[in-house]
Amino acid sequence: MYDVAIIGAGIVGTSIARELSKFDVSCVVIDKSNDIANGSTKANSGIVHAGYDAKEGTLKAKFNVLGSEMYEGICKELDVPYKRNGSLVLAFSDEDMKHIEMLYNRGLKNGVRELEIIDKNKLLSLEPNLQDNVVGALYAKTGAIVSPFELAIALGENASQNGVEFMLSTVVTKVYKENDLFVIETNNGVIKAQYLVNAAGLFADDINSMLGGQEFKIIPRRGEYCLFDKAVGNMVTRTIFQTPTNKGKGILVSPTVHGNLFVGPNAIEMDKKDDVSTTKEGLEEVIKGGNRSVKGLNPRDIITSFTGVRATPSTGDFVINIPTKNAVNAAGIESPGLTASVAIAPYVVNLLQEQGLRLNRKSDFIATRQNTKLFINMTENEKKEVLKQNPLYGRIICRCEHITEGDIISAINRPLGAKTVDGVKKRVRAGMGRCQGGFCMPRVVEILARELNVSPIEITKSDKDSYILTGETK
Amino acid sequence: MKRDLVIIGGGPAGLAAALEAKKNGIDDILILERDKRLGGILQQCIHNGFGLHIFKEQLTGPEYAQRFIDEVERLGIEYKLDTMVLHLGDDKHITAINPKDGLMEIDAKAVVLAMGCRERTRGALNIPGNRPAGVFTAGAAQRFVNMEGYMVGKKVVILGSGDIGLIMARRMTLEGAEVKMVVELMPYSTGLKRNIVQCLEDFDIPLLFSHTVVKIHGKERLEGVTIAKVDENRRPIEGTEEYIECDTLLLSVGLIPENELSREANIKINPVTSGAYVNELMETSIDGIFACGNVVHVHDLVDFVTEESYLAGYGAAMYIKGQYKKDGKRFNTMGVNGIRYVVPNSICPQNVKGSVNFYMRVSDVYHNVNLIVKDGENIIYKSRKNHVSPGEMENVKLSKEVLEKVDGNELVFSLEEVAK
Repeated sequence: MYDVAIIGAGIVGTSIARELSKFDVSCVVIDKSNDIANGSTKANSGIVHAGYDAKEGTLKAKFNVLGSEMYEGICKELDVPYKRNGSLVLAFSDEDMKHIEMLYNRGLKNGVRELEIIDKNKLLSLEPNLQDNVVGALYAKTGAIVSPFELAIALGENASQNGVEFMLSTVVTKVYKENDLFVIETNNGVIKAQYLVNAAGLFADDINSMLGGQEFKIIPRRGEYCLFDKAVGNMVTRTIFQTPTNKGKGILVSPTVHGNLFVGPNAIEMDKKDDVSTTKEGLEEVIKGGNRSVKGLNPRDIITSFTGVRATPSTGDFVINIPTKNAVNAAGIESPGLTASVAIAPYVVNLLQEQGLRLNRKSDFIATRQNTKLFINMTENEKKEVLKQNPLYGRIICRCEHITEGDIISAINRPLGAKTVDGVKKRVRAGMGRCQGGFCMPRVVEILARELNVSPIEITKSDKDSYILTGETK
Repeated sequence: MKRDLVIIGGGPAGLAAALEAKKNGIDDILILERDKRLGGILQQCIHNGFGLHIFKEQLTGPEYAQRFIDEVERLGIEYKLDTMVLHLGDDKHITAINPKDGLMEIDAKAVVLAMGCRERTRGALNIPGNRPAGVFTAGAAQRFVNMEGYMVGKKVVILGSGDIGLIMARRMTLEGAEVKMVVELMPYSTGLKRNIVQCLEDFDIPLLFSHTVVKIHGKERLEGVTIAKVDENRRPIEGTEEYIECDTLLLSVGLIPENELSREANIKINPVTSGAYVNELMETSIDGIFACGNVVHVHDLVDFVTEESYLAGYGAAMYIKGQYKKDGKRFNTMGVNGIRYVVPNSICPQNVKGSVNFYMRVSDVYHNVNLIVKDGENIIYKSRKNHVSPGEMENVKLSKEVLEKVDGNELVFSLEEVAK
């Protein structure tokens, strides 16, 4: 029996888990996938939004601005790559400029700091690779970029360090109340808890229905992305938005915290929640959209493309409420959800407290989490030191990103460590580079098998049916 | 550490360069190899067909490599395995790392680049669809099957008729998998004719030209692919889509010379080959840095890699000994009219030892053409070709005497139709 059960180990669930782990509360996080951050958290723009976009008075606006302010501190505590690179909303016409003024005023009302409207000259001096037909932009210096899945993993790890349990590969099939306790039926047995948090992302409406909450729907909306080689990662240094039109929000061009560049996303409503396929039309659309902002993007520099699915709520705003006594929904956390999640967490904890959860601060809370420092990012002295302790840091496995065997082993052996090829990739970037694992994937499989003490045949790419090998040769 | 010659890469190119440099009087040689063994990609090429030109016999890849490895051992040429070069400067300063020695800083008098190439990926093709397990580059699958001893699938579609794809079609079949088809975007194969016969036709594996994979299906493991016919601009034709059930997609869609280090050292790269511009001794645009093998341009036959690498080893030796003169007359080479590129890119005849073998690829399939080499208006070489294809590299050997007589500052290689 737990005090609190959280359904969902994405950015929202892990943020709440980490917040709860500051208190003397027993807590379990349940997720159907075999790793943290395998849903929408894995595939999104990775933008920490400044907060001018959401309409004043909405939960989106409130938690966006709060979250944006909290981000740098949390990323520092948890040793997660975060970069305040600033963002620009481009205007291509006088009409766009009017819209940008509206965004500027909205930003001021929302409490966004350091907003500025800049003219073409200043804009092109900041970002010389933008198209010549730009006329001006909204410049938000507080806009930032982050690695979303690395943050969720860090939050999860830190929560785990502080006593939160994680039940992964655990599919919730039924939730009901019995003697004031939540009974959660799963493929891994029954879990009981006094309080329940619904952070189930795309499936939060299903959980809400099980809880008997006021009905809302999660509408899956696909966003397709193309990721470019690091060789062109510095074409822009800020996140480049376009003025939203009635045709849509426009396509972003942004550097990533690791020095790649991406274009995307589009926004297509879908029937299926778990369809993460890309389409020819969609990829063409995002490349075209990227070209509208930036000169000289060459599709030949694309190293991979992917789809993320947004959990868009039918209500139009985040659904953070109480579906039934002792439960909290944190649902429909679409953009700016990544930014908002860190601010939603204390709010959700507060809602639990208001319903009776007793919160006594832990005296031994470990506030910081230190990430595996990648060999490639170490100073010369650190490199020499680590090589003395563990020569495996001298064996490069991923040639493109220069990731060593030592780095990979550390990613596997951390709390809530990597168990799959994608798990390694998410934690230490092996396979993330231009050859996309062509060289290192067989080596990563070998290392995973050895460290986890299983046959290579049992190693999967991601979830349990994503097997890589079918057996031994004749 | 200071070394006379550092060779980056212990595959066929690096091994041959090392042997030739040693033969020409260089004793202080160090080969840096990133894999666990010498031999490069030949280690996993367990089929035969290697060595017909150099040894006049058919060897498997490991056998071919072993001849060079034995020689390297016999001559006591030093090599370090498991060693990755992290940085290369235009001053020939190298930073390398391995588990045994840790970080190494090396200053070399001369460097030979022999890093080979890597495979183009699904991402580079931007094939839409899901991202399940079961999509492999043909080389990665070959490593699993031939070196690690694991099968990667049961029902296989292969995209691209490059040689590795063809070889893997046979290999997977012999291991009991069902290879449903090889799909080729172009109207011709990019692999060797003999591989099409021996690896596909002998096993009744269909080869579909002017087709490509337009979608990948399957959430966790590959469940199928959609293929479609393409028009003359290689765009899929609507209405020709066909779903093929399979659990494995192998990609053999081209190789890219691995020139990250070369770029770091400010070496000029030819956008056509994605390899360095090189001269008659395989020297790059940076003084004392030579290059050979697939890092310069992708070869079909290892025999030619070996020949080219001997030249690079010789060049590096001349350079170290101060016998390589840079002040002589020099002219460039150029491919036009159906010749996509020519290697080497410039020639200083006084440095040529005997002759130069010019390697080139054509840009399309042609029948009944003459391959001609012109010095100004003067035709200095002409050879009739019944059939040329981008999949098969052409070569033209010109002697030092012929090269010394070149008047102009450009030697132009081209194809011309044979007058009927």
